[in-house]
Amino acid sequence: MAASGKDLVLEGITKRFGDYTAVDDLSLHVPAGRFFALLGPSGCGKSTTLRMIAGLEHPTSGRVYIGDEDVTATKAHQREVNTVFQSYALFPHLSILENVAFGLKRKKVPDAVEQAKAALELVELAHLAQRKPAQLSGGQQQRVALARAVVNRPHVLLLDEPLGALDMKLRRQMQTELKTIQDEVGVTFIHVTHDQEEAMTMADTVAVMNAGRIEQIGPPDELYDLPATAFVANFLGKSNLFEATVTESNGDWLSLSFAGTTTGLAASRAVQTTGTIVAGIRPEKIIAAPAGQPPASAGSGWAKVPGGRVTSVSYTGVSTEYEIAVQGLGEFTVFAQNLHSTGFTEGDQVDLWWEESNLFGLAGDADTEAGIEEV
Amino acid sequence: MSTAVQTSAEEKRAWRLRGRMGMLLVLPGFLFIVVFFAIPVFSMLSMSLYTQPEGAATGVFEPGLNFGTYSAMMSTYWDTFIRSFGFALIATVAALIIGYPMAYLVAVRLRGRPLLQGLLLVVIIAPFFSSFILRVQSWRFILADEGFVVSTLETLSILPEGTRLTATPFAVVAGMTYLYLPLMTLPIYANLERMDSRLIEAGGDLYASGSQTFMRVTLPLSMPGIMAGTLLTFIPAAGDYVNAVMLGNNVNTTMVGQVIDSRFFQSVDYPGAAALSSVLMVIILIVVMAYVRRFGTKEIV
Repeated sequence: MAASGKDLVLEGITKRFGDYTAVDDLSLHVPAGRFFALLGPSGCGKSTTLRMIAGLEHPTSGRVYIGDEDVTATKAHQREVNTVFQSYALFPHLSILENVAFGLKRKKVPDAVEQAKAALELVELAHLAQRKPAQLSGGQQQRVALARAVVNRPHVLLLDEPLGALDMKLRRQMQTELKTIQDEVGVTFIHVTHDQEEAMTMADTVAVMNAGRIEQIGPPDELYDLPATAFVANFLGKSNLFEATVTESNGDWLSLSFAGTTTGLAASRAVQTTGTIVAGIRPEKIIAAPAGQPPASAGSGWAKVPGGRVTSVSYTGVSTEYEIAVQGLGEFTVFAQNLHSTGFTEGDQVDLWWEESNLFGLAGDADTEAGIEEV
Repeated sequence: MSTAVQTSAEEKRAWRLRGRMGMLLVLPGFLFIVVFFAIPVFSMLSMSLYTQPEGAATGVFEPGLNFGTYSAMMSTYWDTFIRSFGFALIATVAALIIGYPMAYLVAVRLRGRPLLQGLLLVVIIAPFFSSFILRVQSWRFILADEGFVVSTLETLSILPEGTRLTATPFAVVAGMTYLYLPLMTLPIYANLERMDSRLIEAGGDLYASGSQTFMRVTLPLSMPGIMAGTLLTFIPAAGDYVNAVMLGNNVNTTMVGQVIDSRFFQSVDYPGAAALSSVLMVIILIVVMAYVRRFGTKEIV
């Protein structure tokens, strides 16, 4: 199977529905063959963006390029782009094989049926070729939808929350399968999802979207390690964000002061390097230690925040999640690996420790609550 | 150890009781069918075999097994049967051609505009609010020789001078088409209305142009609606009486309904009328069964 993927370029795409701006001046370049995830909460414009790439919606302004070709004005059926729909949208009156062969037949490919059979082999459903979609389970339908899209060797394959309807176990399995299939066919995948874990495990580049704009774009580990906005810090995993003042700067390192304590912050990890900023640290990068006892790993380059009190403990097996209230700073979330059978209980007095190189700095006017999903 | 799995006598009694309740609920419908369908059909079939005793007065018949009535009726009126089914077929096709786009417009194109949809639905159903006879009668005015339609068509040279539309097969078929149009449109609308519009998008996504998507996706998926609409149009149209009487002539527009009427009320030939009715019923039954077998789409959910 030859790689058929092409670059996808969006240039200043805007989509308005009446007064509502779903997508706001969005630009994007996805190199050929990438597995690219558009991640964001519902209503952030990610599905609308996908529909504009598919040609199911047309942008109010801006241009869409596939490869070198400007496809902005073309209709869906004229684009070498296929979609795996959220609800699969399999044709209920056609057999599985006819569903998969549908696109090839419209393109008048001579060996449409043979290719469709091969695609069903790829998703391991060849034995169900003569069934109707309604006779298949959700996971099987999902794979048919994928085969129906992949078989056309599109330049770009769009996945609109394709795993949303599956249960957790099946979803994990499909994530792996999707990744394998993408490696095999070499098509450019654009995956839309609101599940940050799914985006991080599958995609090699993630764009976090919020309110019609892209907040940040990059490989999952970079986004996680160094979020540039409070929204990304909170939406992609969890973060502890707090306000701090830059008291000193020696070029590479900043000194921050907050609630009577100080910590260092690498200047290269800060969006803003003067005045009041918002500092952040991931929960698993904090070590909670009994008050007055530094953890064994702590040394130079570590910061200590004293005066914490454990307010809640949730045990999840591999780790325990603590909520720790710190005087003058608010609640901190700490993930501790369960290396020992003893942990803290509610009411324990603890100190928080972190390695200063793990801290990141955001703009001082950042809304520390942005991107926290309401449950 | 299996006590928990066994059903107690009490449970069994409860189930039986529930079974009886179900039967009780079916009873009214069953009685209705027996009294108003099974008995009349049986009496019609037996009446068609009655004989007229030698020298009996008009309208006096006695029970018999006279199958000759069927051959006599069919040899006289076979052409009327053909005409009836021909008219019904043309009217059904015409109603489908007119009704489908209407249903499609309201159900698919105007999706997400409930106000406009509601308004157009009312317009489709509105004819039912006025009297059936009045509506047929108004076609006589519309198609009248001095009427607007004929004179306009003549002026535009679409029709030659002096053409008549009243009392022609055209008038009868037009009347039937119009009369049964809502019965065609509404089932198709109901079907298209609940069709998943993402399937249409999927068609476009898979390289099918608008018309290909329609032919390959929308149309096959609306087959149940088309089936219901065509049956609801064809069956009453085949037995139509009013349109033929009011819009036709007595020469080349006579339909079976009219013949049955005249046999019954004018010739007082009850067995003849019953035989014609039986044949009409059987033919419709066969046609419908063949049609449903050929195009029936049980598999579509």
